[in-house]
Amino acid sequence: MAYKTIIEDDIDILVAGAGLGGTGAAFEARYWGKDKKIVIAEKANIDRSGAVAQGLYAINCYMGTRFGENNPEDHVRYARIDLMGMVREDLAFDMARHVDSTVHNFEDWGLPIMRNTKTGAYLREGRWQIMIHGESYKPIVAEAAKKSADKVFNRVCLTHLLMDDAKENRVAGAVGFNVRTGNYHVFKAKTVICGAGGASNIFKPRSVGEGAGRVWYAPWSSGSAYGLMIEAGAKMTQMENRIVLARFKDGYGPVGAYFLHLKTYTQNAYGEEYESKWFPALQEMVGKEYLDPEASHTTHRPIPTCLRNHAIINEVNAGRGPIHMVTMEAFQDPHLEEIGWHNFLGMTVGQAVLWAATDVDPKYENPELTTSEPYVMGSHATGCGAWCSGPEDVSPPEYYWGYNRMTTIEGLFGAGDAVGGTPHAFSSGSFTEGRLAAKAACKYIDDGKAEGIRVSNEQIERRRKEIYKPLETYTVNRNEIVAGSVNPNYINPRQGLDRLQKLMDEYCGGFGVNYMTNDKLLHIGLKKMKALEEDLDKVAASDIHELLRAWELKHRFLTSESVFQHTLFRKETRWPGYYYRGDAMKLDDENWHVLTVSRRDPKTGEYTMEKAPLYHLVGDIEDKDLAKLKAEGHH
Amino acid sequence: MPTFVYMTRCDGCGQCVDICPSDIMHIDKTLRRAYNIEPNMCWECYSCVKACPHHAIDVRGYADFAPLGHSVRVHRDEEKGTIAWRIKFRNGKKDMELLAPITTKPWGTGYPDLAQAPTPSKEMRNSELLFNEPKYVRMDDGDLHTLESNGLEIKEGVYY
Repeated sequence: MAYKTIIEDDIDILVAGAGLGGTGAAFEARYWGKDKKIVIAEKANIDRSGAVAQGLYAINCYMGTRFGENNPEDHVRYARIDLMGMVREDLAFDMARHVDSTVHNFEDWGLPIMRNTKTGAYLREGRWQIMIHGESYKPIVAEAAKKSADKVFNRVCLTHLLMDDAKENRVAGAVGFNVRTGNYHVFKAKTVICGAGGASNIFKPRSVGEGAGRVWYAPWSSGSAYGLMIEAGAKMTQMENRIVLARFKDGYGPVGAYFLHLKTYTQNAYGEEYESKWFPALQEMVGKEYLDPEASHTTHRPIPTCLRNHAIINEVNAGRGPIHMVTMEAFQDPHLEEIGWHNFLGMTVGQAVLWAATDVDPKYENPELTTSEPYVMGSHATGCGAWCSGPEDVSPPEYYWGYNRMTTIEGLFGAGDAVGGTPHAFSSGSFTEGRLAAKAACKYIDDGKAEGIRVSNEQIERRRKEIYKPLETYTVNRNEIVAGSVNPNYINPRQGLDRLQKLMDEYCGGFGVNYMTNDKLLHIGLKKMKALEEDLDKVAASDIHELLRAWELKHRFLTSESVFQHTLFRKETRWPGYYYRGDAMKLDDENWHVLTVSRRDPKTGEYTMEKAPLYHLVGDIEDKDLAKLKAEGHH
Repeated sequence: MPTFVYMTRCDGCGQCVDICPSDIMHIDKTLRRAYNIEPNMCWECYSCVKACPHHAIDVRGYADFAPLGHSVRVHRDEEKGTIAWRIKFRNGKKDMELLAPITTKPWGTGYPDLAQAPTPSKEMRNSELLFNEPKYVRMDDGDLHTLESNGLEIKEGVYY
């Protein structure tokens, strides 16, 4: 193969993947590292890459302290309740205390943020969400990153991190290939900030055939954040905490603005309210501490996202589906109707296409909702990701090892989906995490922690061989058959993805089994995963585009294996509505009020699991309405 | 909703190839025009549709759940700072035009030059502050929130 090897040397900060997290890192790094060499590697084009490529109609994480709205600790409490207690509260607090400054920067750069004409404050969609005209959110933010970076390598898919050959467990850069030229790219760097994405398409999607790309999270979110870091031996946390979304059926259009701003609500097929009847039994499962409809009714305390899913799933199983979003009332107001459509056009055009195709006019018809296949990510209402150090002034000793957002690999930092235990960061919070990681990475370099890094030619050549192996497998075996895709010596990336999705769905709690699994299913699943891993060694790529799909698949595989291991480890049902452990159908605070932490040994592939203590922010942060209720003798 | 490309409008300029986040818009080697090589990895994000200078790219809803005969077209204009949409229903009963701003500033302006910004002091480097902070946190003279300032402790155990 005639692909060139292109080496980019002497990089101080390599940004691996430039969605909102990565662009935040690149931007901020220039301020703290005036003369540092900052390089971005992105598998697409940073103007339209990552989860925000299409745009957003809201910024879902903004405190509004300047308008007297919320303090960071309020957001921590919200995230804690929503995630059934399982949050890295040091990281969440740290993100929340900086996130407003990120949003104020965005406004400077030209992002149109709507204002409340009466108060002058940003227009609220909900307590945490502000409304924006965000079609160009990503290109606006990318511009800031481009201005800071020395070089941007678009269309370079990173496949592996480089490790220091001089010092164990220290990062030394990354390698990958250009999806256009096919060239091999080697980035030698003192630090790497992993801004790569979470994972769509690892559980079988509800859509079939052509529609398989109409997933909730972008189809290009290939779990590379996890694939890169797990492979290098970074510790991961909360990987069992996959998320299931209740969304408009088939198009997966967002419901946030509909619920919060348009004040639409849900009902079953027969026009009945259905949630409350499932809550008493659900309360038995999770305890009143986590589900208290009365308290939620009278205060800001949310009913956790997963528990609301649980009600939908059960109502549908009881034969009273589908669940409808009642839009017919709100949409009689032409202004609200317009917002409803803009909301889709700004972030999920496909839903508008679907309603146009099926003649669903929400003014005259209440659209169907469904619960999606599960997704693995760390910035929405879930917190999968790497086990990272927190900030010095907040974190307890177990959560702190010197540099904010540094993983358990020295010099490797995370942002966005890459960081575990920080749900509800969303776009603005992910960008903020990138900024925090960038400052810490500069400090790490300035403290002399990146001295003496050595990358052997052996490592560079070994990775090169590994990267192109799918092309070679294809070339060697292709002519054994006449034509077609059936070959006894290899599978193609699509075939591998299909198998992974089926396996995840059936054994790890996908929609096809009503999100149910147990220890026996997980063990069988893991056995089948082992065989898939061996077959992925024989995945074949007929061209460079398929090579991209092959490596995305390998990253999805590593993500999935981690999800399996974590799901097996946490022997309880912590998040009914996200998934159920049939052999442990209750939430179990006595044994599992902990964070799960894993490490895959890079040499053997063996997993070790541990429990990490859960710390909470405690103090005068109680919701005042809730405190009053308690005083009156309720829980 | 996978994208497709009108034969007579595409001139093979490759803008769609350059922008597609999923790497599925490619140039057909024989026809020298763009097409969607992998519809089941298309998110209908419209990045290519917006980027096409000839409006040669359109979207037809996913075959597995969207009936034919609808249209969602778009024109994005960076100079005007607007995006214009037109939605047509299959039954012809609804035909909507919607317009939204995409930026409040001339494109590419409004960014600070961080390389030229004053070098942060050692004290600031050792603090928890980021660029533009503490000012940008609240747009006043207030400082960054800490556990101490907010009367908080971080404690191990079971708290709700």
